[in-house]
Amino acid sequence: MNSPHTSSADTGTRADTGTRRMPQATGIDSSRPVRFTVDGQAYSGFAGDTIASALIASGRIDCGASTYLGRSRGILSAGIEESNALVRVQPRVAGDVSESMLPATRVPITDGLEADYLSGLGILDPGQDELVYEHKHIHVDVLIVGAGPAGLAAAREAGRSGARTLLLDDRSAPGGSLLSSPGRSVEGAFDESIDDVSAAEWIETTVNDFAEAEEVTYRPNTTVFGSYDSNFFVALEDRTRELVETEGTGSDASAGSADSHRDNTASRAGTRQRVWHIRAKQVVLATGAHERPIVFADNDRPGIMLASAVRTYLNRFGVAAGQRIAIAATNDSAYELLADLHAAGIDVPAIIDSRTTASAMAERVVDTTGTRLILGSTVTGTAGEGPAGRISRVTVAALDEDAVAAGHGENIDVDLLAVAGGFSPVIHLHGQRRGPIVWRSDIAAFVPRTPVRDQFTVGAINGDYSLEAALKDGAEAGNAAADRTGFAAALTVPKAAAMTYAPARPLWLVTSAEDDHTALTTHFIDFQRDQSVADVQRAMNAGMRSVEHVKRYTSISTGGDQGKTSAVNAIGAIASILGETDLGSVGHTTFRAPFAPVPFAALAGRRKGELFDPARITAIHPWHVAHGAEFEDVGQWKRPWYYPRPGEDMEAAVLREGKAVRESVGFQDASTLGKIEIRGTDAGEFLGQIYTNGFKKLKVGKGRYGLMCKPDGMIFDDGVTLRVAEDRYYMTTTTGGAATVLEWLEEWHQTEWPELDVVFTSVTEQWSTVAVAGPRSRDVIAKIAPNLDVSNENFEFMGFRETTLNNGVPARICRISFSGELAFEVNVENYYGLAVWEAVAEAGAEFDITPYGTEVMHVLRAEKGFIIVGQDTDGTVTPQDAGMEWIVSKFKDFIGKRSYSRIDTAREDRKHLVGVLPVDGTTRLAEGAQLITSGTPVTPEAGPVPMIGHVTSSYMSPSLDRPIGLAFVENGRNRTGEIIQSPVAGGLVDVEITSPVFYDPEGNRRDG
Amino acid sequence: MAETTHTTEQRQRQLRNVESSAEALDALRVSPGAHLAEEMATATKAGGDAVGLRERAFAVQLGLRATPGTASAQALESALGITLPKQIGEVTGDEAGLYALWLGPDEFLVVDVSRRQRPGETLIAEASLEGLPGQAVDLSANRTILELTGAKAREVLEKSVRTDLHSRVFGVGTAISTQLGPVPVIVHHSAELEYRVYPRASFADFTVRWLLDGMAEFLTSGGGAGFAGSASAEAESSD
Repeated sequence: MNSPHTSSADTGTRADTGTRRMPQATGIDSSRPVRFTVDGQAYSGFAGDTIASALIASGRIDCGASTYLGRSRGILSAGIEESNALVRVQPRVAGDVSESMLPATRVPITDGLEADYLSGLGILDPGQDELVYEHKHIHVDVLIVGAGPAGLAAAREAGRSGARTLLLDDRSAPGGSLLSSPGRSVEGAFDESIDDVSAAEWIETTVNDFAEAEEVTYRPNTTVFGSYDSNFFVALEDRTRELVETEGTGSDASAGSADSHRDNTASRAGTRQRVWHIRAKQVVLATGAHERPIVFADNDRPGIMLASAVRTYLNRFGVAAGQRIAIAATNDSAYELLADLHAAGIDVPAIIDSRTTASAMAERVVDTTGTRLILGSTVTGTAGEGPAGRISRVTVAALDEDAVAAGHGENIDVDLLAVAGGFSPVIHLHGQRRGPIVWRSDIAAFVPRTPVRDQFTVGAINGDYSLEAALKDGAEAGNAAADRTGFAAALTVPKAAAMTYAPARPLWLVTSAEDDHTALTTHFIDFQRDQSVADVQRAMNAGMRSVEHVKRYTSISTGGDQGKTSAVNAIGAIASILGETDLGSVGHTTFRAPFAPVPFAALAGRRKGELFDPARITAIHPWHVAHGAEFEDVGQWKRPWYYPRPGEDMEAAVLREGKAVRESVGFQDASTLGKIEIRGTDAGEFLGQIYTNGFKKLKVGKGRYGLMCKPDGMIFDDGVTLRVAEDRYYMTTTTGGAATVLEWLEEWHQTEWPELDVVFTSVTEQWSTVAVAGPRSRDVIAKIAPNLDVSNENFEFMGFRETTLNNGVPARICRISFSGELAFEVNVENYYGLAVWEAVAEAGAEFDITPYGTEVMHVLRAEKGFIIVGQDTDGTVTPQDAGMEWIVSKFKDFIGKRSYSRIDTAREDRKHLVGVLPVDGTTRLAEGAQLITSGTPVTPEAGPVPMIGHVTSSYMSPSLDRPIGLAFVENGRNRTGEIIQSPVAGGLVDVEITSPVFYDPEGNRRDG
Repeated sequence: MAETTHTTEQRQRQLRNVESSAEALDALRVSPGAHLAEEMATATKAGGDAVGLRERAFAVQLGLRATPGTASAQALESALGITLPKQIGEVTGDEAGLYALWLGPDEFLVVDVSRRQRPGETLIAEASLEGLPGQAVDLSANRTILELTGAKAREVLEKSVRTDLHSRVFGVGTAISTQLGPVPVIVHHSAELEYRVYPRASFADFTVRWLLDGMAEFLTSGGGAGFAGSASAEAESSD
């Protein structure tokens, strides 16, 4: 509405080559013109057009030049198999970005669309793609892939049974190959009516029936790109057109409604693509076939087009791709095109058939149309003197018995050459499941030998190209598939006229006797990769024989089109060079997902930005945010790292928080620790097996620190476990180990000691935990828990009490310390976490209570030489290595015990946990830094540097006012006082080996 | 009878319960989804019949460990007044009140949505297990319950739940432990057009945001369709 109709003068010479719209197109709405630009030039087409069909209608058939050789190329196909016509499309709606490498044959035109042809290489738009890409997961009884006649017939039968039926198709309209047929009776053309109505009418009725059936879904624009075990499929649904038409500017918003009855999912503003994850009980593959070009000299010019595509453009889009069209045939399908071209009044100077005798179909069509038929011949070369390198002439020569061209040939002037090199059934989804395939020489095609389990293959995928067979096989498969899932129904087979196709005579290499294969540099096999017969020969001269090797040596079939039109021709070329007539003996390359390119944005779906990964937060989290905490990611948890005050850097904040705990009182959100309720008469016995130390004799009301090892004797997790009752324990684990430890307990109970009476339940998130640490912590606890006697005599270290806080909240308070200071942990039901945290803050205000984060927790425990599992340990550390022999029971058995008698774990000079103090008192060592014996040469000339250990923790100590570190050093405990070295900032610093306990070694501060 | 079998500790707890004023406690409680209540209400309003989301905060949730058919299971069943489910997916009881979800062959979650959790919820169940194996643990604060409603509720879940939610398979009265996108949850088909999603408390924030995002396509923009809708979409994408 907002821009005037583009006149043909605007489009320059290209618009005036004389192409025109036929009146009877089945796939466009000629009452709705659509304006768009390509390479900055304005064009117009109609609703229903693709960029390719609208450009051809405007007289432009050339596309971007080839990637490596810069050769002129043109639109080859009319579908997903396109190798040449790739475009970049500019953003179409708000939040969109430009997208590259889209086949022009697949992009529907919308008003205002701006596209540019590419030369095989895309340009990634650095902008933010704000459109919605999402995933859906569905389960169906019967999945049908492909909505051609076979797929439609299958879906109709499966749907009638009441089975949950899903029909997916990569095209925007149902019908498959029928979309390319005239859709009505054309004089001289073939009868493609179904059940005595036109194919178009049958399709419409069938699809309308789907809309009525509750359990049948037909989803167009949806490409199945992966097939996996157990009939798990993934498909990409493209909703770009609906999105543009509902949101885009200057367009009629009702445009999408034609399709809306087929899909009961309303469209959200912005949903551009969906990845469907489909689990199907039974599958019918009705994926059709793609036509192949013919490999002759200069077979890549603009205006050389697949015969089936010429037919599609003619009938579906009403576009004659040329005005003087020669047809190079190797089989009967080309005669369907000939009949349609003749009916449309288009000049066909000749049809050139590789076969030596005219088939029944050829004879009939040639007779009806009066077309010149040249038998036993083919096109051997072309001239490209038309606009933009377009084909202007073909050279035709006779073929001898071995399909070698003989004689000088005849030149025929043309503006388009339709090539019918034979069809390659779309066996990709079958092949992805490693379904067996077989070469059928009568149709020159690889077809499935047998379907994979719980699948059917019907129609052209089997090489059955007749409409009658497609409908029959489709209907039977749909009926049988539903029956296998428990939904039986009477079978009805749609009727169509019988049609017989005579055998094909494929041409793999069109050469003359004197040709040297290495010189055949314009006999193109893979247009997108610019690879020719010469390249295949070069690969074979290098010794390659396997098709997999040749593929990788040449890069044939590795482009965005994944060799849809080139893979079989490459196999044919290999076979020809090897003198092999059976392509089956050469074999096919392996099929892998994706069948067609899938944007990463679609695979990511909604998992980006704040939805990328869950951030687990505690009940107290809002307070941390409000008080300026910096957060550390611990697993998926957000834990406060430190709370900088205005102007403070991390080091200053950490020193302040640490001093507060040592000198007065601090509090920390410890809610993320794993918590497990354990009950049973054998709970104590079981825990004794799990922990290196005993828990059977632990008194009710008391807690104990415990260490767990794997059977190899290496430290695995640690934490404090409370004995709540005779038969009840409450275990805590590390934050990261919560889920693993619960599974560990279940595994050992279920597999080794099922006779023990013990059960477990995770209560990690039932409780919020506030750690209160520092010499004044007792005062704070006394204030918030007035009913509790908090004196050292009556509330001993590692004891716990049930009480009610001054705000009425029931709490369990433990005397546990991870800092060496007097400390308590207040546990309340998660709901009250925030209220109790605030109560602690209020009660502690008079002592200047300071919130502290994980960094200070790490620093304070390092001052005490307490390990952190996963930081100081790495799965190779025994309790003895960590200096924790005291916790390893000598009397009872436990997981890992036997490993301590192994020679390697028993030796005295393993790496030991030690303290490392930089001698200068100021340099902070790097965590992970290596440690070496003093004087060890470290120059490259001196060769490998022997390491004796590494630093596991390193901090600035607020209590000692100097840097400290923990390290594992060979025989370290026996080297106390030795000066070793560690690299820091390009130099070496001297480091003294010390005890790992830097602060209050006597433990005087624990009781306050 | 249960009274006489209480342990000392349980009696202490009961005393505490008397001390605790239920109302005072409620004033201190914050549910894991409370900070997103307004977003949920707004979306629910815009969702009309299609979609709605709310948090069923503070419902009673008890974790049970007992093998059905054993004395422990029978004791728990009679103490709680419910029959435990026998197989995966099964839900027993009344989804408007007290019901039980199957989490494993000997693991169940008993839920009562008709009332708020109070301290000491497990006392009776625990007492019934005196001298028997098994476990009854208060898990009311461990997970929250998000209720997704409306004609499009299933479609919202199908965006991120991999299991089959079709009513032929996942009818009313079915519940499973599964993943909602990246979040481990229990999904429960609780009424014709109603699903309950049980994330652990720490995941509630993400789960609500995730569900609201999945609901977005079904929300009306609240009045002006078309043009207004695209204008607001532009505004959103620009910040």
